[in-house]
Formats: sequence, structure tokens, C-alpha cells
Amino acid sequence: MSEQPIDRYRRRLLGGAVAAGTLTLAPGVFLHRIAEAKTDAEPVTSIVRWGLLVDTGKCSDCTACVDACREEHGWHGHDRPRSDAQWIRKVELRDRSTGRRVSLPMMCQHCAEPPCVDVCPTGASFKRADGIVLVDKHICIGCRYCMMACPYKARSFVHEDLTDQKPHSPRGKGTVESCTLCVHRVDAGQQPACVEACAQDGGGALLFGDLNDPRSAIHQALATFPSTQVRADLGLDLGVRYRGL
Amino acid sequence: MLRLLSTLLLLLATLPATAAEEGGRVPLPVIDSGTAEQCVEPVEFMRRNHMELILHQRDETVYRGIRTKQQSLRNCINCHAVDAAGQPVSLDDPQHFCVSCHRYAAVKIDCFQCHSGTPEEGVPGVVGARAWSRGLAMESAR
Repeated sequence: MSEQPIDRYRRRLLGGAVAAGTLTLAPGVFLHRIAEAKTDAEPVTSIVRWGLLVDTGKCSDCTACVDACREEHGWHGHDRPRSDAQWIRKVELRDRSTGRRVSLPMMCQHCAEPPCVDVCPTGASFKRADGIVLVDKHICIGCRYCMMACPYKARSFVHEDLTDQKPHSPRGKGTVESCTLCVHRVDAGQQPACVEACAQDGGGALLFGDLNDPRSAIHQALATFPSTQVRADLGLDLGVRYRGL
Repeated sequence: MLRLLSTLLLLLATLPATAAEEGGRVPLPVIDSGTAEQCVEPVEFMRRNHMELILHQRDETVYRGIRTKQQSLRNCINCHAVDAAGQPVSLDDPQHFCVSCHRYAAVKIDCFQCHSGTPEEGVPGVVGARAWSRGLAMESAR
């Protein structure tokens, strides 16, 4: 993503060549750009990278995150589990030898190198500067290559005509959709709906924040505790990380 | 010959206008902007160019996360898709601000296959936007 003019201006103002987001004041002293909530008129930048940390130790059998997502984006199904839209789902893992069970939410992992973007023939599948992977439904032709390319089975296709969509979450027949990391809320400085619901009604297993900001809770948690990227062997550099897998 | 031709042309030119004025034969769209104040651009500009503004804002929002309200489809709907009493008008209603004109012009729009065509609930200033703008107009007239 190309550098925004405003950032170039700011960096010039700060005096000279500065690496993205970090300003060296003196040897060993760094000043990091404070991740303030952006205004409506400001474009998103690659200074932030939004991510999510799932603590499976705090995740129980509840479905607060799934329910909240369904309510927020209105992807109520038609009782057809094989074809109904599903932006987030609960997955249960069981260790065959020990019987240890782990429950976790699975959704779009917001890869830094998203396979869905690689295969999209129209450019509808794209990654925003701040790392959120989205579908531009205006140019999606519904070919579903992205659904086949996604290793996490995160995307759904809308098969039916829809009415009464949420004003903040347009959805339509013939397009592919997936978790947007609640981009409309994030742009307004709020947390995704699943994170809020998990803190309220669940076990508080979800931590949302800026992976690039060393002072953010998610950055510090990732720096302190071991965490896993699902199918790390694919080298996709995921925005969603799991703890206790 | 020339005189005959010009008379014929004059007749042709006045024909649709009279038909429309007499009412009934040519159904006209219900263009009721809902707000008394100019919000974005003058009416004449908006009638011809609203689609360009919406298209531009669409890409700015989707790709760059710019969510300024003035030219967003959501904001258009919030103020325009209300009736004289300030109540929401559904897309099925021929009186809907977008629908009435697009039916008249026979231009099919697909915005509302995905986007909501009715005002958001509980947004301050949505229901009664008209009353609010009337108040503004009265204030400025004072």
C-alpha cells in the first residue's frame, strides 16, 4: 500500500527519515506514534495492524461471540447448515491420547499474505492498509475461488435474496463474505462485536488491538506468552493468534 | 412549407408539457427532497451527478476507511427516505425518494440489493429530519 501524503508530511515535519511509526530521538530512545482513534476523514494506514488474540484457556462452550456476530451483521440462516452464511464458528479440538478438549472460535484470520486475495480474479478480495481482509462486494462476481483458497474455511457465499440488511453491514446475493473484524466499529474506535460480547457474557477470551503498537495489550501479551498461528506452516502471518492450543 | 414545419415542431414541443400539466397522462416522480436546507450540492447538480459522488465515496470508504458522513449513502437515506411526517419510507413504497425518480427515469439501481434503503433506527435527527430542517429554515429567515 502506498504511503499516504499526510504521513509523508508528518514525517518531514518530525525531521528527516523515520522508520514507519518509530522516531529515534537519541541512541536507545524511541518515540512511538500513539495509535489514536482516527477521524472519519482520515484514511487507514499501515502504521497499525489490527489483530486478535484468543485465549483458549478462558474460552468455554458458550457461543457469545457467534451470537453477537450474527446479531451485529444479520447473517441469520435458513436452517441449511451446508450453505448458510457463517462468519464465525466454534470449533472443538480433542486430544485423542489425553482427552483434553479445547474450544475456540474460528473466523477469518486476517492474513498478511492472504490466499483469497491472490486468487481473486477481479480484485474484490483485498487487504486494507491496516491489515483487515475484506471483500469489495461491488466488484465481487461470486466465483468463490477465495472460498476454495482459504485454509480456514472462513468465507461464505450468499445464495438467497436478502432484505432488511443492517445499514452498517451491507450483504447481498451472489457475493462472498466473511468476518470484517467489524471494520465499521474499528473505524469508529470501538472493539469488534465478538470481543465485546465475550468480555460481557463469555470468559473474556478475546483480546483485540494493534499488533504493531508495543504498548498495546495484545502486543505485550504476544511478547510475554507463547501463542500459535493456526497452520503456521503456510507462512501467512496471521492477524488472529491463539493461546493454549 | 417552412411555416407548416415550424408549427408542427412547436406543437410537438408543447405537447408533453401540456400533458404533464393536465396531470394523469404522464406520471411524474414525487421529488420531495425531505430537507429544506442544501446538504451537499445544489439540487440541479445533485440530480445529474449524485451517482458520481456516491461512487467516489463508496471506494473511499471500502478501501481507505474514510467515513465522512456528508456524501455517504447511509446519510442520504437517513434524511431522504422519510415522509412528510418524518416516518421511514420503505423501498416498496413508490413514494420512496430514490425509487420514485428511478422508476420514472427507468434506471435500475442495484444499491439496495445489499444496502439498507430505510433510515437507521434510533439515530438522532433521522425521524423528524424534516422538522429539524424546517426549524433551520425558519431561523435563517428571521
